[in-house]
Amino acid sequence: MILEKQPLIFELGKPGRKAVDLPKLDVPEADNLVPVKYARTQKAALPELSQLELMRHYTQLSNRNFGVDTGFYPLGSCTMKYNPKINEDISRYPGLSLLHPLQATETVQGALEILYKCEQALAEISGMKAVTMQPAAGAHGELTGLKLIRAYHRDRNDLARTKVIVPDSAHGTNPASAAVCGMEAVEIKSEADGSIDLAALKAAVGPDTAALMLTNPSTLGLFENKIEAIAKIVHDAGGLLYYDGANSNAIMGIVRPGDMGFDVVHLNLHKTFSTPHGGGGPGSGPVGVKEDLVKFLPNPRVQCNAGVYSWITSEKSIGKMQAFHGNFGIIIRAYAYILSMGGEGLRRSSEDAVLNANYCKKMLEEAYDSPFDRFCMHECVLTSLKQKPYGIHTLDIAKRLLDYGYHPPTIYFPLIVEEAIMIEPTESESKETLDGFIDAMKKIAEEAATTPELVHNAPHNTIVSRLDETLAARNPVVKWEAQ
Amino acid sequence: MKIPAELKYSSDHEWVKVEGNKATIGITDFAQDQLGDVVFVEVPEVDAELTATEGLGTIESVKAVSDVYSPVSGKVIEVNEQLEDAPQLINEDAYGKGWICVVELSNPAEINDLLNAEAYEKLLLEEA
Amino acid sequence: MTWSYLPHTVEDRAEMLAAIGVKDSMDLYADVPDSIRLQRPLALGEPLSESEVAGYFQKLAAANANLQEYACFLGAGAYDHFIPSTVAHVLGRSEFYTAYTQYQPEISQGYLQALWEYQSMICEITGMSVANASLYDGATAMAEAALLSCHVTRRNEIVIARSVHPNYRTVLSTYAKDFGFVVKEVDYTDGVTALDALAKVISKNTGAVIIQNPNFFGSLEDLSELIAKTHEVGALFTAVSDPTALGILEAPGKYGADIVVGEGQPLGLAINFGGPYLGFMASTKKLMRKLPGRIIGETVDKNGKRGFVLTLQAREQHIRRDKATSNICSNEALCALAATVYLATVGKEGYTEIASQCLQKAHYAQQALAAKGLKRTFTTPFFQEFVIKLSGNIAEINKKLLAQGIIGGLDLGQYYPELAGNMLLCVTENRTKEQIDTLVAGLGAQA
Repeated sequence: MILEKQPLIFELGKPGRKAVDLPKLDVPEADNLVPVKYARTQKAALPELSQLELMRHYTQLSNRNFGVDTGFYPLGSCTMKYNPKINEDISRYPGLSLLHPLQATETVQGALEILYKCEQALAEISGMKAVTMQPAAGAHGELTGLKLIRAYHRDRNDLARTKVIVPDSAHGTNPASAAVCGMEAVEIKSEADGSIDLAALKAAVGPDTAALMLTNPSTLGLFENKIEAIAKIVHDAGGLLYYDGANSNAIMGIVRPGDMGFDVVHLNLHKTFSTPHGGGGPGSGPVGVKEDLVKFLPNPRVQCNAGVYSWITSEKSIGKMQAFHGNFGIIIRAYAYILSMGGEGLRRSSEDAVLNANYCKKMLEEAYDSPFDRFCMHECVLTSLKQKPYGIHTLDIAKRLLDYGYHPPTIYFPLIVEEAIMIEPTESESKETLDGFIDAMKKIAEEAATTPELVHNAPHNTIVSRLDETLAARNPVVKWEAQ
Repeated sequence: MKIPAELKYSSDHEWVKVEGNKATIGITDFAQDQLGDVVFVEVPEVDAELTATEGLGTIESVKAVSDVYSPVSGKVIEVNEQLEDAPQLINEDAYGKGWICVVELSNPAEINDLLNAEAYEKLLLEEA
Repeated sequence: MTWSYLPHTVEDRAEMLAAIGVKDSMDLYADVPDSIRLQRPLALGEPLSESEVAGYFQKLAAANANLQEYACFLGAGAYDHFIPSTVAHVLGRSEFYTAYTQYQPEISQGYLQALWEYQSMICEITGMSVANASLYDGATAMAEAALLSCHVTRRNEIVIARSVHPNYRTVLSTYAKDFGFVVKEVDYTDGVTALDALAKVISKNTGAVIIQNPNFFGSLEDLSELIAKTHEVGALFTAVSDPTALGILEAPGKYGADIVVGEGQPLGLAINFGGPYLGFMASTKKLMRKLPGRIIGETVDKNGKRGFVLTLQAREQHIRRDKATSNICSNEALCALAATVYLATVGKEGYTEIASQCLQKAHYAQQALAAKGLKRTFTTPFFQEFVIKLSGNIAEINKKLLAQGIIGGLDLGQYYPELAGNMLLCVTENRTKEQIDTLVAGLGAQA
């Protein structure tokens, strides 16, 4: 049961209650260990409630949330596939979760083996020489990758290469990563189908080109079939190719970024390799590189000598991207997934993901505008242009889907498609689930024409209706104020 | 779309009201309409030296952010502090209470490079 | 071959392919040139069943010395604290962990409210006005704070104490280098940053000053003085705080810190061999619209009902693109949820009690070691970590301790050449008197 109203945790309980019993101090107590000038003057106003009050509160909150286990979540570009339960269990084994990152290597051989073997597996899947497991997320991987590319050019004393070419269809993180890496993002226009305009690329590359960042399949869910020509143009100009692995779920075991000509690639373990998204993290964004860039990878990496694992560092390394070894708990889950699927299972997953996306596209092509007359990869882009005459926009359709019990697709992205609706069903979903979703989408298209108000005022069945985002941003209330 | 005849305009959609060697700067009605509900305005600091065509601040709406470029050069002598609590003034009264700052002109000749109302209206028609 | 994670039957696939109008699923890959296709199966071995996968990882787990079986006196940025049972039970709810970012607030109110509660609690413990909904870890949060400070002050020098975690300093220089920012270090005196040492390094070019408290050696820095000195040159001050210590140490906001960051792992997160952790970040209201990462705000719906949304999004990469000052997209939401449940569970009194027990036990251990002739290297007040000088080889000493069920302290020589032969020990509330006495006896044998 979902309650109509849920108080804030601060509004529950009363002074004197507690949610856990702590042990008594078992050593003699000493006084004045903290000088008065350093001591806290006012206790933090944290909640005081019983354990049951606390559990009810967060259980109620969980009921007001939608996850992959709740229902269909076709959020384009995010690969909301099923998160296998055994992987959750494994990541909590005390022998894996209760390890200190600075323990002596002889006491963590099992953990090092996981890092090492997961690296090997990801190198095989991406066609790369070596992989760093440190980056905590996709965007963090991008930053790492661009730093590697900078280090590569710098090492060759090729200092003028500070420009990163990014297509206008790219994820927002691409130009942002370039900027945060102290480089200049050069945006090039895509062709109408989101593919690279070769003439524009040729005009953009030069002695100042550090890299081209590309997502393939593109953010429009289409495979860039000119990829070999693109790689040649960039390499001939002395630049490197960076692969944004956000869309790798379409291609596992079929084609590898390394074989497409990419030099650096990040993979999103929380997308392609089934680790849970956690409500926005923790993820993991390992970065793979070709031979020439291995020596720049973050320190340290795991090496294996005659079955014994140890850390190695490189003098030319860019440094560190996290305090320790990356999101180990997530890496465990991804590696467990890879082992469960095997090479054959990963390939089958990609094929099914592509099949599901094309099926949705085909079945919705009549009701919705479908701007690209090609097979899509793991996601398809539709628009609400057919609904526009009724005053219905993509946002309205998304909100109406909530009433039907579905998480909406990604909307208004990619930016180059007007009123975009980007559907990524993933391979986890059955035909029955897809058919249910397709029916709902068709019904909404009908409602848009017959009862547009119903769609425009959606959602009707959620715990809150549309929220005032302008108010939130104008007068930010970002924390609780103690009375 | 309002385009008062007595003001000067930049092609980046700022307006300038010149009084002696002082110029008041804001963004045009067209610009506020494009942005939608303004939620925050970053105004320059008093005494800041502005250079024509360089950024003087930013305006944020819920899902966009836009740089404001200074149409003229000079020193900031006054900023609209009301915008801090009421950024919606930009939407409600772009040419009046939504002014952003007042500048003491260091190169008054720059005014001649700006558009008059007629030229600005033509620019909007071309962009549309 | 079939897989439990893949629902399609042979018939399903055939029906769907027919509906699309193709014969084979590979027909859908028409855009992939033959020349680049992988012409062999991925060399990843045969698929494993659930029990086989579990068995494999059980074997690997058994090859490690874990902190359930060994008493850990190693700290240095990752801490073995008590984790209440409530944390795992809330985190195990798949409505939370199988969700993504709260793009659709109507069906994400639960997470949005929990993260808003998280922001509130971080503000409470740090004494700041605004907190974001988390960053990757303490080190990256610190690096983001440094970049933010330089951008806001339009200066290009970052000054950081040498008493800050060495790995954090490496991350900072990795982040700062490509921006062209200069990182300058301030040496320590008796384990802390001296005011005149800071004064010598900072100038009108300094955008950021970064001090950790308790610092890497466990010692307490004089934040109040250091902050005042920093503000004299117009730089922004970042305090790197241990959230456990804030149970008894003054909130940095009270001293006038501009930004407070830190590692949230002590707040209910398993030590996890280094990750996933939780970078927390809080600031003054003035810096609110410059903070990186997601921020949740309170608002109302069409009917005036309270609700929560992602807000101040104009700061973020998906809007600013190449003008963004941080590229962060996702965060560590689930870890933030863990910290929220942790802080709510230990509550107002428990939060203080835990910090106090860390302090007491660490001092008990230090006194007992001193009584055995193992003196502290520094004399300044400390929280739960302290440095002692040993005469033997530290790796060898730790091997002997391991045989007695103890994971010993950190060899500081690898990070600070001048501290070769010194060990950094950590004693949290999780260590019992018995374990401490075993450690003291073991190390005492070295004296």
